[in-house]
Amino acid sequence: MRRSLPSLLLLLVASTAVADFSGNIAVEGLYFPESAQFDEQMDDNLTASFEPRWDGEWNDGDDLWSVELFIRADNKDAGREHADIRELLWLHIDGDNEWRVGINTMFWGVTESQHLVDVINQVDLVEGNDREEKLGQPMIHLKRYEDWGVIDVLILPGFRERTFQEAEGRLRPPLMVDTDAAEYESSDEGQHVDFALRFSQTYGDLDLGLHVFDGTNRDPLLLAGTDNNGDPVLIPFYEQMTQVGLDTQWIVEDWIWRLEYIYRDATSNHYSAWTGGFEYTFYGIFESVTDLGAIVEYSHDDRPEGERSALDRDVFVGSRFAFNDEQSSEILAGFIIDTNFHSRSFRVEASRRFGDSWKGTLELQTFENVDSEDLLAAFENDDYLLMEMAYFF
Amino acid sequence: MNKFKSILIVTMLIASSTAMAQTAEEKGLEIAVAADAYDQGFVDFTADMRMILKNKSGETSTRIIRINTLEVEDDGDKSLSIFDEPADVKGTKMLTYSHGLEPDDQWLYLPALKKVKRISSRNKSGPFMGSTYAFEDLGSQEVEKYTYKYLRNEPCGEWECYVVERYPAYKHSGYTRQVAWIDTEGYRLVKAEFYDRKKALLKTMESSEFQQYLGRYWRPGKMNMVNHQTGKSTLLEWNNYQFKTGLTERDFRSQSLKRSQ
Repeated sequence: MRRSLPSLLLLLVASTAVADFSGNIAVEGLYFPESAQFDEQMDDNLTASFEPRWDGEWNDGDDLWSVELFIRADNKDAGREHADIRELLWLHIDGDNEWRVGINTMFWGVTESQHLVDVINQVDLVEGNDREEKLGQPMIHLKRYEDWGVIDVLILPGFRERTFQEAEGRLRPPLMVDTDAAEYESSDEGQHVDFALRFSQTYGDLDLGLHVFDGTNRDPLLLAGTDNNGDPVLIPFYEQMTQVGLDTQWIVEDWIWRLEYIYRDATSNHYSAWTGGFEYTFYGIFESVTDLGAIVEYSHDDRPEGERSALDRDVFVGSRFAFNDEQSSEILAGFIIDTNFHSRSFRVEASRRFGDSWKGTLELQTFENVDSEDLLAAFENDDYLLMEMAYFF
Repeated sequence: MNKFKSILIVTMLIASSTAMAQTAEEKGLEIAVAADAYDQGFVDFTADMRMILKNKSGETSTRIIRINTLEVEDDGDKSLSIFDEPADVKGTKMLTYSHGLEPDDQWLYLPALKKVKRISSRNKSGPFMGSTYAFEDLGSQEVEKYTYKYLRNEPCGEWECYVVERYPAYKHSGYTRQVAWIDTEGYRLVKAEFYDRKKALLKTMESSEFQQYLGRYWRPGKMNMVNHQTGKSTLLEWNNYQFKTGLTERDFRSQSLKRSQ
């Protein structure tokens, strides 16, 4: 039987009396002070997003369901106008086993500057270059608790293709990515069933996670091609890969040490990459209640020049101010410095609550001293200021 | 709480008090051990907590937090706080395994990122959610976390109270000492004064509307903490106290924080 999404949602909402409704609605203004590198790119934008969530339970809390949607309306930037099911999940708890069936978004990893081991969900790239917004992934997920650790077994049917900017979008490569022409290594294409296994355990102040992933690489290769009009474009090519990885965090008094490491084996290459560093917190600076965290992380990618990711020989130096006030004010500011090209990118994120239901966010990013060889070259004129005001309910 | 240790301490106290006159330190510890013993055996409880933060000019803001606590033998309690308000932190959860003098283990679930983050519990003296309560004020109170000194007995409202000084024995406390008024019958913490690192009076907490549960355990309906140095105050209103609800270790797993609700 086939049901449309709205009627399925209605059914879910109606099926239980204990549905809990929450979420946020937000307006975002975006301003680029420098003129665009490529034709058609916008200089400013005003967009709105809506993120509703429903939660419910039955069987005395042994069965739970949740639905979370993300919808963005955008007049100027067609690439950002999209909707996604972040969560459409049934969770069944059976003693030491937890079953999750449906669509879910999950997070693996510990480091601040990038998330190497976080491979289950595809990145919703048009939602930000920090890659922290992700597309909902269909899965059957068993989590099992043992005395010696937690085991996660994931079967992932149905692949999600990465979202890319369209012509109007800033922070995009010089050539457009033709997402309609995406190609796959596997003959199953987007229907390939992927598999992942994770072990994690806490040993006192040390947390350790180990994982294996086998299936479609969420990071596509971008190959030169032409579109229907014969214009040059980039074609996303999704390879098969096997990845093993480790993430660990160690808390020692005021220090938190973090490391993520992956080894990827695909047809086109095999390589390893890691991000590691520390966060040191000064509590109650200048006799106030403000905490200041100093974060230093280094990222390394051992592929040859030209095949690497953006963070390949990069140092991240950041500071996090937590004001511990009634408005939960926070500022995270940091530099990413490429030690090869000496290009610098600076980013500040500040947020606070207004009243009981509003939250304001300010984000500023600049790119400086960008070498024409650096992957960041396409973003050189894309310094931006973002302001968001969100109403939570 | 470590029952064996408590019994040992009590035995030592009895032995020493029979041998010679009891010192103020011994009597202070004796009261703390008795209060701890009185509160043991609650197994678990759940409660709803409403925090009303008031600043110097009288403006208020509200937080609503559901608390689940599990008593752990031979260690500190396990506690899960689920945030319902303000709306932007709805679904945030904080899990704490307290460990007496050792640093607590603490995790935070951030629903916006779907991320469970292990955090440092080092920040004992920092404000909880912008309130006048520090993390150390709301943590599990174990006997070994302080050294004690009995001051006097005096009437406190309708009861008679022990007045006891306690000095934090754990690291990174924001206090040099606290003065606690504990009633002699039900060991209710009626009032406490908190002295900062410069030994000046920082805060005063007063509890009221006590109710007895399971015919034994006293819990306040209201706790008001005034910060004398900033003029801010925070009123905690406790509702829906339920004991022996059947919570187990399974309900306090860091990886289960991603569960809905």
